[in-house]
Amino acid sequence: MALELKYLKSKKQMDFKKKFIEIRDIYKSYRRGNLIIPVLENISFDIVEGEFLALMGPSGSGKSTLLNLIAGIDKPDSGVISIQGVDITTLSETELAHWRASNVGFIFQFYNLIPVLTAFENIELPLLLTGLSKQERHEHVILALKIVNLEDRMHHFPGQLSGGQQQRVAIARAFVTDPTILVADEPTGDLDRVSAEDVLELMTRLNFELGKTIIMVTHDPKAAKKARQIQYLEKGIMHAHPQIDV
Amino acid sequence: MLILKLMFKNAFRSKLRSTLTILGLTLAIIAFGFLRTVVEAWYAGVEASSASRLVTRNAISLIFPLPIAYKEKIRQIEGVEMVSYGQWFGGIYIDQKNFFANFAIEPESYLKLYPEYIIQDEHKKAFMKDRKGAVVGQKLVERFGWKIGDNITLKGTIYPGNWEFILLGIYKGKDKTTDESQFFFHWDYLNENLKKTAPSRADHAGFYLVGVKDPRFAVPVSEKIDKQFKNSLAETLTETERAFQLSFIYMTEAILVVIQIVSLIVILIILAVVANTMAMSVRERLPEFAVLKSLGVGGWRISLLIFGESLVITSIGCILGILLTFPAAKAFAAEMSNYFPVFIITQETIYLDIAISFLIGIIAAIFPTIRAIRVQIAESLMRVR
Repeated sequence: MALELKYLKSKKQMDFKKKFIEIRDIYKSYRRGNLIIPVLENISFDIVEGEFLALMGPSGSGKSTLLNLIAGIDKPDSGVISIQGVDITTLSETELAHWRASNVGFIFQFYNLIPVLTAFENIELPLLLTGLSKQERHEHVILALKIVNLEDRMHHFPGQLSGGQQQRVAIARAFVTDPTILVADEPTGDLDRVSAEDVLELMTRLNFELGKTIIMVTHDPKAAKKARQIQYLEKGIMHAHPQIDV
Repeated sequence: MLILKLMFKNAFRSKLRSTLTILGLTLAIIAFGFLRTVVEAWYAGVEASSASRLVTRNAISLIFPLPIAYKEKIRQIEGVEMVSYGQWFGGIYIDQKNFFANFAIEPESYLKLYPEYIIQDEHKKAFMKDRKGAVVGQKLVERFGWKIGDNITLKGTIYPGNWEFILLGIYKGKDKTTDESQFFFHWDYLNENLKKTAPSRADHAGFYLVGVKDPRFAVPVSEKIDKQFKNSLAETLTETERAFQLSFIYMTEAILVVIQIVSLIVILIILAVVANTMAMSVRERLPEFAVLKSLGVGGWRISLLIFGESLVITSIGCILGILLTFPAAKAFAAEMSNYFPVFIITQETIYLDIAISFLIGIIAAIFPTIRAIRVQIAESLMRVR
């Protein structure tokens, strides 16, 4: 199905040369009691506009931490994360919340839908932070539901949906506000093979047809193969061009 | 609208816990309303007292009477408009548990001084004519199923013997705060009997009721009355009717203080229960708040959700509590009318119920809200993984 993006404005020609996200000299560590555990060390790389990047690496390698830093839900110890010219490491909590609301869509491994809201309402939730009217919100949600092919499930609660369907609702919630970046943390980690394929197919379409910049953390080489670029993290250090055995 | 819906739905995520909390709050509101009404009932006599009425009694104690000759002397004091008198009779109807207040009064002046006792003219005329007649409040009549013309026998405790009366009048209160459970009869009837059986106790009144021309002069008139009888065999103590009623309340002040402390403890307990419910509810959903924050939902919206959820719980408990207070109070008033003749849930009590519930809702949500706002998104989401 071709995407009919009447409301989503970011469908445009992708400029694969334009630096969209610049990450420079990032250090991040966690404190456990008196112990300081380094997680990321001297990470520097760029992500171009419209990229579909897969971050791979073993458990504890720091890939989710890096994703959180790019998404603005965590702060580095030092370094710069510049997204569209804005160094998000300098933003306050409130500024970051506003920035996230308009720039980032999140896709989680365990979907993290609100169980007491229907699929429709879950997708509508981030739109409440925009200035859209009720009618406009309705149209946006219906379009998002069409894209994820779940129109017939709009009044179902998360508990009444399969894992794959829940993840598709979560994806719809992530892109319904038309953010520039989609971050996905193990989006297929809790899904069976068929559902995982569907979700990856959907993400690929969002990247190709809507030009969304997608950064995906995954353990799954098959999922990583869907990405345009793969970065490999090990012990907090980035390795480019890894050998992926699919 | 979605936020409002989310508040309501969140309030019932754990149906059992929320229902039990609401039930607890309902019971607390009933208990608080009840205890406050008991305190108000205690003060009913004070509230119903008039600023233009004074009570003169023996300065030593109320149980010592005053000579009937004082009436004329009091009447002649400047500022006095009318004087009446009465005597606490302390009669028992059939059994001691049937307690009610009964007074021997000088009917004409007494009823003039109490215009809030509404009596039909024919009842009043009949009562005035017959010395064995009695006028009884509507509630007392209903309580014992009496009707006009009934013979009523009271067993004297202060004045021994069986005392026969004929019910000739029923009075109704001018408003809800008027005590409709009193029994009045002729002081003359008592006095004539005393002259025969205990002459030394005759020609005495337990108290004088003094109507003043202007309430502003109540204090100087009181002083003049007491000065008049200074150094006599029976010195007097005159005070406003309100002060006289309050003097009875002061005797039981400790009980009232205990009741008020219990009310406060009930509120504090339910505050702890609601705060615990909210703390548990928010703690269980911290990852969800992290997700909301990741979507860009700010602190004030998260606050709105949690405060709203808390207020939904306390509002439901409050509404149920208020609705149930009325039938409960009605049943209590019917059962305890001999002790609490005026037992009314006032508007102030309802407003207090609402204000307390609102405060509980707000206070209970403060700490969970701070916790939810401060939740670290990355850390919380890591726990979900």
